[in-house]
Amino acid sequence: MKLIIAYIQPHKLNDVKKELYANEIYKMSVTNSLGCGQQAGYTEHYRGVDIEVNLLKKVRLEIAVNDTFVQKTLDAIIKGARTGEIGDGKIFILPLENCVRIRTGETGSNAIG
Amino acid sequence: MHLFWLLLLLTMSGLLSAQEASEVAEEPTLAGLQSSIEAAQSSLTMIWLVITGALVFFMQAGFAMVEVGLTRAKNAANIIMKNLMDFAVGSVAFFFVGWGLMYGSTASGWIGTDHFALMGYSPDEITNILRNWFFQVVFAATAATIVSGAMAERTKFVSYLLYSVFISAIVYPISGHWIWGGGWLSEMGFHDFAGSTVVHSVGGWAALVGAILLGPRLGKYVKLPDGKVKVRAILGHNLPLAALGVFILWFGWYGFNPGSTLDGNSVDIGWVAVTTTLGASTGAVGAMIMSWILFKKPDTSMSLNGALAGLVAITAPTYVVEPWAAIVIGLIGGILVVLSVEFFDKVLHIDDPVGAISVHGVCGVWGTLSVGLFANRPNDKIVGLFYNGSFHQLGVQTLGVVTVFIWVVVTMGAFFFIVRQTVGLRVDEKEELQGLDITEHAAEAYPGFQIFSNM
Repeated sequence: MKLIIAYIQPHKLNDVKKELYANEIYKMSVTNSLGCGQQAGYTEHYRGVDIEVNLLKKVRLEIAVNDTFVQKTLDAIIKGARTGEIGDGKIFILPLENCVRIRTGETGSNAIG
Repeated sequence: MHLFWLLLLLTMSGLLSAQEASEVAEEPTLAGLQSSIEAAQSSLTMIWLVITGALVFFMQAGFAMVEVGLTRAKNAANIIMKNLMDFAVGSVAFFFVGWGLMYGSTASGWIGTDHFALMGYSPDEITNILRNWFFQVVFAATAATIVSGAMAERTKFVSYLLYSVFISAIVYPISGHWIWGGGWLSEMGFHDFAGSTVVHSVGGWAALVGAILLGPRLGKYVKLPDGKVKVRAILGHNLPLAALGVFILWFGWYGFNPGSTLDGNSVDIGWVAVTTTLGASTGAVGAMIMSWILFKKPDTSMSLNGALAGLVAITAPTYVVEPWAAIVIGLIGGILVVLSVEFFDKVLHIDDPVGAISVHGVCGVWGTLSVGLFANRPNDKIVGLFYNGSFHQLGVQTLGVVTVFIWVVVTMGAFFFIVRQTVGLRVDEKEELQGLDITEHAAEAYPGFQIFSNM
């Protein structure tokens, strides 16, 4: 089991969701997040004063999958989120020790699927 | 009349006490009394038109809040700028050019030809002209600001500024001249009391052309693999603000319609206020019922649109129809607006984020035509089909509706087309996704808030 965490551009969320659904991956958590990476920030103005915006708005996806689904999930996220420009985001893949479905008490692979 | 005598007495009592002091009691002459009455009456009209004009001005705030509320957070500052600047830019354009085209001496009923920048009036005339200009400029700005809602979330800001000048200086004043400036439609007996056609349809049809040439917001109409188009909802970000805007507009309408009596001594002010109220109320009720039937629940934003639809519809007939007719006109307006919003969205796929085309264009037409059906003012020679069985008034109203539609669609269509080919009408895809607040103004409306800007 793996936990996939992806940071993507907020406006690519719909495209990513579409790709995930097309690959039968329906379970995910989505949160707003702020972050900075290679992509430089941008400058806002407030009443004539410059504001350096360094932390950019991103969306964080968390998807827990069985090992056979890892590559499919990665491909779907990349296909939906890639524009080729700096700022497209990053994906982290973590080993997942266990998983429990609260309603039934199922654990492991069964609880994820 | 009681009011005049009261005012007269007040004026006279001041004079008398002065006279008593000097122990000279002169018999008031008839001419002296008459001029006192006239002075009191013209003061009342001055106060009435400036106050109601201010109420109409407040409708700018209403439009701004409705549009902000019904669109996404990432475009809020842009919408505020558009609503601020269309008045600021438009009022100056209306001063230099618009007023002359609308109320200057007519050239065979089609266009005004003098008094640009309010020049060429005698000192006697100018007091009332300034008063009238103020009352008219807020109407011109209302027509202009209608369009910003339909073109929200994707229009280039600089193009919107150009548009504001064009509609306030040229398009609105010329069709306004035909109807309110002594032009050919008013000669034929066309009746539009406070501007269902002059103001609202002009704005609504300009919005229609603009929305068509601009195209829908990204993601609004999604093409499915089987060739069908899926209509997606793009949610407004603040319904309470939209509601505040509608209440402000309703409030401002008590300047819009009752003020259009153009006379602070008019005995019809109460009449107009009553029909306006009933039209708005039944408009909201009509839209609520219709949305309840169609969507299984009474829809909030549709009901808000319904109140506005009722107000737009009752604007033309408010003076000539009886209260029962106002109830019917408003109710139909409210029903119509729901069907119209559905039609433009689901059938024609024209993206109008706030429903401006339906509220102002379609219900403006309905209100104007309703004069030809429900009017009952024999003293003003305006009687509709239901009272005298004659299609004459309805025919004249229809002619006005059609010619104004053609005029606006042709001129605004040409204008938007030229802008699209030169300056560009629409922001690019990345700017639209990121939001116009940051890309057009480099500022956010809600800094420090967490907002799902991907919606």
